[in-house]
Amino acid sequence: MIDLSVNFGGIKAPNPFWLASAPPTNSGYQIMKAFEAGWGGAVWKTLGVPVVNVSSRYGSVNYRNTKMMGFSNIELITDRTLADNLREMEEVKKHFPDHAVIASLMVESRAEWEQIIKDVENAGADGIELNFGCPHGMCERGMGSAVGQEPEVLKTIVGWVKEAANIPVITKLTPNISDIVPPGLAALQGGTDSISLINTIKSIVGIDLDTYAPYPIVDGKGTNGGYCGPAVKPIAMNMLKDLAQHPEIGKIPLSGIGGIETWRDVVEFILLGATSVQVCTAVMHYGFGIVREMEAGLRQFMEEKNYNTIYDFAGKALPNVTEWKHLNLEHKVVAEINADKCVGCELCYISCDDGAHQAISLSDDPLNRIPSIIEENCVGCNLCSLVCPVEDCITMVKKDDGTEHNTWNERSLNDNIPTTFNDDRAGGKGHFVPQPTDALKK
Amino acid sequence: MAEYKKPKTEAEFENNFKQKNPLMNDTEAYYEASRCLFCYDAPCIKACPTSIDIPLFIKQIHTDNITGASKTIFDSNWLGNACGIVCPTGVLCEGACVYNHQDVPPIKIGRLQNYATNKTIDAAKIIFKAGESNGNKIAIIGAGPAGIACACEARTLGYEVDIFEAKEKPSGLTVYGIAPYKITNEEVLKEVAYLQNQLGFNIKYKTAINSKQELKSLEDEYDAIFIGVGLGKTRNLKIEGEDKEHVIGAVEFVEELRMKHHKLAVPKKVVVLGGGNTAMDAASEAARMGAKKTVLAYRNSKEKMGAYGFEYDLAISAGVDSLFNVTPIAITGNGKVEGVRFAKTAMVDGQLKTNMNNTFTVKCDMVIKATGQAKQGHLYSLIDNLEIDIKTRIKTNDKFQTSNPMYFAGGDAINGGAEVVNAAYDGKMAAQGIHNWLNK
Repeated sequence: MIDLSVNFGGIKAPNPFWLASAPPTNSGYQIMKAFEAGWGGAVWKTLGVPVVNVSSRYGSVNYRNTKMMGFSNIELITDRTLADNLREMEEVKKHFPDHAVIASLMVESRAEWEQIIKDVENAGADGIELNFGCPHGMCERGMGSAVGQEPEVLKTIVGWVKEAANIPVITKLTPNISDIVPPGLAALQGGTDSISLINTIKSIVGIDLDTYAPYPIVDGKGTNGGYCGPAVKPIAMNMLKDLAQHPEIGKIPLSGIGGIETWRDVVEFILLGATSVQVCTAVMHYGFGIVREMEAGLRQFMEEKNYNTIYDFAGKALPNVTEWKHLNLEHKVVAEINADKCVGCELCYISCDDGAHQAISLSDDPLNRIPSIIEENCVGCNLCSLVCPVEDCITMVKKDDGTEHNTWNERSLNDNIPTTFNDDRAGGKGHFVPQPTDALKK
Repeated sequence: MAEYKKPKTEAEFENNFKQKNPLMNDTEAYYEASRCLFCYDAPCIKACPTSIDIPLFIKQIHTDNITGASKTIFDSNWLGNACGIVCPTGVLCEGACVYNHQDVPPIKIGRLQNYATNKTIDAAKIIFKAGESNGNKIAIIGAGPAGIACACEARTLGYEVDIFEAKEKPSGLTVYGIAPYKITNEEVLKEVAYLQNQLGFNIKYKTAINSKQELKSLEDEYDAIFIGVGLGKTRNLKIEGEDKEHVIGAVEFVEELRMKHHKLAVPKKVVVLGGGNTAMDAASEAARMGAKKTVLAYRNSKEKMGAYGFEYDLAISAGVDSLFNVTPIAITGNGKVEGVRFAKTAMVDGQLKTNMNNTFTVKCDMVIKATGQAKQGHLYSLIDNLEIDIKTRIKTNDKFQTSNPMYFAGGDAINGGAEVVNAAYDGKMAAQGIHNWLNK
């Protein structure tokens, strides 16, 4: 019997699908609609001293036929009064007592933190999320990512909040730093109950080629936005992994955010240690209804793998994410082309010849467009299989017998690594490379 | 089965002759262009008679560089817009698209090509200019696709160009001979006007060249002459009753239709003789003009037809009936056509035999002969030392030069009747051939 419910650092929800603090959680109307649609929790659009916003506010990166592969916003925290937000929060909790309603907060002084925490607790919030991530506008005023980028300040404010709060506290981190561990550690030391990540990434999504202004354009000018959407998922997953593998931070619950749109994304984040996921861009693109696909897919996955709760597989990928130096240098795969499936686009040939290791050749017969792998040149890099437009046409086939194992680390310990510029132990020594002038013969 | 009512107005005509390849809108073009895989050494380029860099122009469309896309297209094919619409893409570029091997619909290359060039033409973007004058002059006989392409290329190389055209409009069969549901006159003419505005070649209309004296004066006045005359009138069948009223050649029928539209009278029952693409067009057109019954009659089997399968399907979908293995032996009637007498045919020992013991009559009010066009043999006979083959096609070398060195030729005059795209290629290459010859 599959049970999707979660207890995320003291915040209970019927499922791990939460809305991130963002435009979709701007009002009680939206959150009630989302709960009706199947979402298990919602982090309210950040509360604080209301702001004044600009028009327009969003920009996007489209790739080929995909709209909003990446998404950027320059919207600030709520521009509605606290009283209105609190009244609606109370109403939502009345209708959905078992769903998670989390108040995202961003204020400046200790007194303001203490006051607003009391207010949202009175309104029935199940938890608090500290917005230390917003990379535009608010940080210019010393809040948002300005806090997330200063571990000491972050720790102090988490400390204030923990002292004042009676409900669980999530600290939301910014990715606009070089290493996610120091702010993560600071949050932990400040006493946070859990961490969520990532907030948006500083970005410019495009420049208008007539006005030379960056998108979104506000009266001829623009500013850096916060980047999110499917494009940022790989960055988010890597940062999630960094915290989940950390011996201390990894012990507290982590909420994954960044480009989540499908059940696969959800499962991947859980496998990297998240026990709730937060979604924004996908909802802004498709509406609350996408949660049906996420839930159905997650259930299907769990059924097939015999998992009852998400805790049964949370973090299962973590042992397999290691440092480069621990990868087996004796492992060998080469590409194999299924001639029956090949359509003859020859993208594998040109990508390998121009972009990789010259390990694919074309037939001398102009009517035969099926390329061949030159096995001795193939380093198993995978590029051909990635560019191939046909499902399962190019596969990577294991060639080693699995008996040998040697890593950079092991070779270093055995003093068996290249150490000088012309060392014979260079990995590419003896590997075929065409003569430079061969390029002119093509 | 008649699918179409007789068109009484231009609007009804346009409805009956709805464009087979309508202009794409921006969204459709964007999504379609996004599907292109950008194949290496792309098969579509190889399948294009003019070798347009198709993946490049599709990528340019996708990145909103429409003018650049048009430049890529016109660089290879001066009739890029018309070809995008009328080319049999299913057997050329689109037929070669690798998606076909995956049972995925191929990229709509022709329509993307039309999308880009149409936009550029409508915006009157200047993307070409005539080359610096080199003092030499070229005369072109015929303003069809071959002649226009030759003129454009010659202008970029710095030649003065005069085209001599027998008819009132440029573009030859593209205007006078292609089925109206494939392209509109407006679409054809605006492309020629667009090219003419930028490159400045002259067209002398209603100026047929058909005497020794006229040729002589061209030879005296010009440094080279390009023959792009296309084909002539429909050939006679040499059967009884062929001279009756309402027996018309397909080329003449289509030309009248292209010029008169709904004002052309097409009677109730029409028989179309032939199995080529022109026969399919004529049959489809008769049906779309409201003929109650249109019968396509071909002397051999369905499999032996010269027409592309899609052209046959198009005629059938317009309500045309077909008869195979029948040959006309007489056209009956008293002054006007009343029917066609057919004899059955059969393959016997690899040869098509007519069985005169098995005959029957199909009643009709009109007969359209789509059984081939005569060549311009008369003109060719006036040119000194001009070699032609047994099918009355002008012989040329690989530079499109004829046996009389100052004459070059291309298009239907040398291939006996092919696509617009073939003519466009020949004309362009002939101009380069002339340039090489004059600069030897």
